[in-house]
Amino acid sequence: MSSSAKVIAGLIIFLCLITFPVWYNVVGGKASYTPELKIISEEKSCVESKEFMRIEHMQLLDDWRNSVVRKNNRTYIAHNGKEHNMSLTDTCLKCHSNKTEFCDQCHNYLEVTPTCWNCHIVPEENKL
Amino acid sequence: MGLWFSLFSIVILVLLVVGGVEVFSWDSLFGVLIPYAAFVIFLIGIIYRVGKWAKTPVPFRIPTTCGQHKSHPWIKANNLESPYNSLGVIGRMALEVLFFRSLFRNTRVELMDGPRLVYGGTKWLWAAGLAFHWSFLFIVIRHLRFFTEPVPFFVNLLEGMDGLFEISVPTFYLTDIVIISAVTYLFLRRVVIPQLRYISLAADYFPLFLILSIAITGVLMRHFYKVDILSVKELATGLSTLNPVTPEGVGLLFYIHLFLVSILLMYLPFSKLMHMGGVFLSPTRNMANNNRMVRHVNPWNYPVKVHTYEEYEDDFRVKMKNAGLPVEKE
Ligand code: HEC
Ligand code: HEC
Ligand code: HEC
Ligand code: HEM
Repeated sequence: MSSSAKVIAGLIIFLCLITFPVWYNVVGGKASYTPELKIISEEKSCVESKEFMRIEHMQLLDDWRNSVVRKNNRTYIAHNGKEHNMSLTDTCLKCHSNKTEFCDQCHNYLEVTPTCWNCHIVPEENKL
Repeated sequence: MGLWFSLFSIVILVLLVVGGVEVFSWDSLFGVLIPYAAFVIFLIGIIYRVGKWAKTPVPFRIPTTCGQHKSHPWIKANNLESPYNSLGVIGRMALEVLFFRSLFRNTRVELMDGPRLVYGGTKWLWAAGLAFHWSFLFIVIRHLRFFTEPVPFFVNLLEGMDGLFEISVPTFYLTDIVIISAVTYLFLRRVVIPQLRYISLAADYFPLFLILSIAITGVLMRHFYKVDILSVKELATGLSTLNPVTPEGVGLLFYIHLFLVSILLMYLPFSKLMHMGGVFLSPTRNMANNNRMVRHVNPWNYPVKVHTYEEYEDDFRVKMKNAGLPVEKE
């Protein structure tokens, strides 16, 4: 008899662990939240198309960094022919000057922690 | 045979998703229905298998031991190698589950020139097995970032440890490299060693291929053919809050990944992967070696009719006395 009590206790512990996301979201009650990405730029479009940016922006930034730091090439020609200065602070954050409401919103939601800001400057802080 | 059958099965499964999502746009089938069905089958399957094991009677106390058992107070007993109480059983089980202690003792026999028979330890299986299982656990816990909001603190902690070297953007996780190398080793081992190849069946190759495909599609998604993670999280939190949604344009690779995971969940309770629960229900591991302290009653013993000596004497006392035999009670 005591052994069946142990088996049931084990199964209950297992069920609690495996259904963690379900009851954690019920207790936390914030799972219906989705980040609102505020675009405050006057421009109509990003460096590349929106679909491309959403998925590939980290790749793009990495390419920019390599291009600048290793090849001293600071001009990026987008697919629509527009030229951009390859810079995290001076290009991305000039249009997306609301980093906390845009980049951070999305990154916090998805638990992404870019370390770029350890060295790179966020413009608002300059204005202070 | 089993190898090609397993490989072919995986290819068919992947093609199923490609057809279903690309041609027929059955997003909610592959994104919601199959994952839910898989999870329910997984839970019911586990409960069923564990229940079946728990109901099986254990006629003898049969722990396997390799240490001094408890006897006289002046002989040092080894509670981990030959547990004599629940604490010892729990300690030994924990070491077994967390560090695969018995596999660490794996030995190999070789016939050398001479002829000479040599026994040696082989730690490769243990090392690769341990590396694989721990990476798998880390990856599953890290995946909680898709299913929970706010994301619990330990997920960030693990991400930090796992992406310690910050190689490439986004960071390459160490566990991704470890899991793929370990599973590849576990597969090559079955192919390269002739004796192992001889005893390997489809049931051995299929789980390896399945897990390898899941890991490879995951790495492809993260580094090479990116998917929209924001939509993935919408879908995943939808699943975990029982409020399913299928956002547009998540990406085919994601559906392949998710479908293979669903197959893994459904397959697990009915395959050798059920050793996940089985290890806890192994009588050789979960019993204390205390035969001399606690009587183990065989559960299928029927009550035996006993006629004690006292009763015998009661029956024949007069006759015994007459015959001059000694009796205990006058
Ligand atoms: C010229 C101004 C401008 C610059 C420079 C710019 N963006 Fe954008 N960005 C926009 C606009 C406008 C949108 C919204 C596009 C739309 O809705 O079609 C956008 C959209 C995005 C999105 C997609 C958001 C979503 O809803 O999925 C990301 C990610 C992004 N930008 C990142 C970046 C990064 C990283 C850089 C630097 C490499 C950058 N942007 C540079 C104006 C800009
Ligand atoms: C260790 C400090 C450090 C970190 C961390 C760092 N960078 Fe940089 N980054 C630099 C330095 C130094 C330069 C060179 C600046 C120059 O020559 O103009 C640079 C240049 C760049 C450039 C081109 C020049 C410009 O003005 O932006 C890009 C793009 C860039 N980094 C992106 C990133 C991204 C994305 C990350 C995060 C994944 C990152 N960096 C993290 C130090 C850092
Ligand atoms: C639509 C949501 C979204 C928005 C908006 C967004 N990001 Fe990201 N970002 C992501 C995701 C998702 C990843 C990680 C991808 C992964 O884990 O595979 C990421 C990764 C990154 C990385 C690489 C981090 C690493 O080390 O792994 C950098 C750098 C980055 N983003 C910069 C930015 C900047 C700068 C902005 C604002 C201009 C921005 N992102 C806006 C979703 C977003
Ligand atoms: C048995 C369970 C699973 C295993 C072993 C597994 C394995 C992996 C691996 C190895 C990666 C590479 C990146 C990383 O390690 O984070 C990955 C990425 C990924 N997995 Fe899974 N996975 C599993 C379940 C799931 C489930 C249920 C989902 C559904 C939400 C999912 C969605 C993703 C996504 C979206 C990525 C890309 C992450 C990124 O781009 O950062 N996985 N998976």
